[in-house]
Amino acid sequence: MAIFIDENTRLLVQGITGRDGSFHARQMMEYGTKVVGGVTPGKGGQRFEGPNGQTVPVFNTMDRAVAETGANASVIYVPPAAAADAIMEAVDAGVKFVVAITEGIPVLDMARVYPYVVERGARLLGPNCPGALAPGKCKVGIMPGQIAKPGPVGVVSRSGTLTYEVVYQLTNAGIGQSTCVGIGGDPIIGTNFIDCLAAFEADEETRAIVLIGEIGGTDEQEAARYIRERVTKPVVAFIAGQTAPPGRRMGHAGAIISGSAGTAAEKIQAFEENGVRVARRPSDVVGLIREVL
Amino acid sequence: MNIHEYQAKEILRRYGIPVPPGEVATTPEEAEAIARSLGGTVVVKAQVHAGGRGKAGGVKLAATPEEARAHAERILGMEIKGLKVQKVLVTPAEEITSESYVGVIVDRASKRPVFMVSREGGVDIEEVAATKPEAIRKLTVDPRYGLLPHQAYWLAVELYQEPAQQKACALILRQLYTAFVESGASLAEINPLITTPTGEVKAIDAKMNIDDNELFRRPEIAALRDVSAEPPSETQAREAGLSYIKLDGNIGAVVNGAGLAMATMDLIKFYGGEPANFLDIGGSSNPEKVVNALKIITSDPNVRVILFNIFGGITRCDDVANGIVEATKRIDIKVPLVIRLTGTNEQAAVQILEKAGFRATTSMDDVVQEAVKLARA
Repeated sequence: MAIFIDENTRLLVQGITGRDGSFHARQMMEYGTKVVGGVTPGKGGQRFEGPNGQTVPVFNTMDRAVAETGANASVIYVPPAAAADAIMEAVDAGVKFVVAITEGIPVLDMARVYPYVVERGARLLGPNCPGALAPGKCKVGIMPGQIAKPGPVGVVSRSGTLTYEVVYQLTNAGIGQSTCVGIGGDPIIGTNFIDCLAAFEADEETRAIVLIGEIGGTDEQEAARYIRERVTKPVVAFIAGQTAPPGRRMGHAGAIISGSAGTAAEKIQAFEENGVRVARRPSDVVGLIREVL
Repeated sequence: MNIHEYQAKEILRRYGIPVPPGEVATTPEEAEAIARSLGGTVVVKAQVHAGGRGKAGGVKLAATPEEARAHAERILGMEIKGLKVQKVLVTPAEEITSESYVGVIVDRASKRPVFMVSREGGVDIEEVAATKPEAIRKLTVDPRYGLLPHQAYWLAVELYQEPAQQKACALILRQLYTAFVESGASLAEINPLITTPTGEVKAIDAKMNIDDNELFRRPEIAALRDVSAEPPSETQAREAGLSYIKLDGNIGAVVNGAGLAMATMDLIKFYGGEPANFLDIGGSSNPEKVVNALKIITSDPNVRVILFNIFGGITRCDDVANGIVEATKRIDIKVPLVIRLTGTNEQAAVQILEKAGFRATTSMDDVVQEAVKLARA
């Protein structure tokens, strides 16, 4: 088992003929993900050439693509101006799990997209996220597959490369992962920490959870309360931005300290008060996880 | 992106919100001339991207044009929260009967725009939120329908008793929401929204923050960026596609990804060092980005060592290695470089670096400890 994706995921790539879309479609196929096709308006009827002589069909619309391939998931690599509509197109076509990799989608676009997705019973991961990786089974997005290995730890993070760092250190220490999920750093995201914690709690393969947060917002504090009330599996947390000066935006739109809510100190305190152990350094995650496994 | 008060007011005026007249001066002489043409008592207001301008002495009443000139002379060039004042707004002083706060932000928790209004205007709303949360009325907007007439009216009756003022306020709120959406803002606030002795409702201060992700489709808003109001190194970084914030330490850091960049700063501090900057070179980096990053970091005289922490995913380590080699040919780097590279194309990167006489490690803890040691040497 894994969360959100597994060996039964049948994936469409929206923007499959673009620079990033084609590169990562090949990487995902190489990893073993069942990529069943792609969509690029105007290029329907072509075949996309994957690795090792594999080819998949390209469609003009998600509607056709889903009807002909039986896809149940999609991943989006289209530019920001078209990304909001691409997400809504995917759910209109009946896809229930949509991953938006695109960085730079206006937040007011996402404010309209989010209820649209929820009302159609679908789950959105992202935008501006690295996607999800179920080691040995399926990779959706851009995470480097070679740094992960199958195992008992669920990883959920707001960050991209910092997630890779932690996964890499776990793998080097011989500790594998059930699923690694990057939820993205934007102010409005489809799947938050709590959604992932609930899924990991229900996942038989997952025995412990690593949560990687950042300064800004109150998602980590809400996650901390949720853990105390609903999560029986051990959780280890790390928060980036412990030394960030207040009021400055550090790259992610989400990472802004505004008012009193959102400092690393508050988040660490919230976790510790709710029985979650917090690593001071990324490398300390390994030791803390080893203790709870 | 931050815009100035005078720019926010121009936008609000365009949407019909009553905003008193006013003009911007960059010299005391201009301030005097504007005060003379406005007539009567004026306010001279520092235009910087920082709160607390009044407390810092950046907002002054002037009864005469000469006094306006004298205030402008003191305010122009003044530093407020580290930012140098380059412009002042000169606007008529208003007689105030009441001060309210009205604002709209994009709220992470509800994933929607949220209006906040309060009768406690004219002060920092975050302070009101902390000390007197019951004084703030909030209303969540469904962005697919916008602020509905009855919702605007609900908020207006929270603020005013007079039917005419309620009506005027409801209209202002709807205009503010339209301005917020059509400008691609993440925040738009009027603080204070005043009433005058004659019963008018007016916006005498305004603030708008623009979502950077909107700028590609709103060139007229993007053109409002005032590069003179931000540190030159940050302008240079933005133009090079980098995210950079200057800090006070001596360890320059080049990292890919915001989370890893913050974690690197934290680790530098953990081992007793001080970061000189936050710098995220982003994904899909090309060698040119690395060259630009090194140019910016080497222009900071405090930097005693430069640390690279690269985890290749979309970013290819060989691109970064080529950038480092290229940069050392083009720029005279006088401080040591310590490099950590791992992930996509790591082997190729190590070969490129070794050929050029550099060493690279794969451990983040090791490279940070080395940088801290060198910064102390």
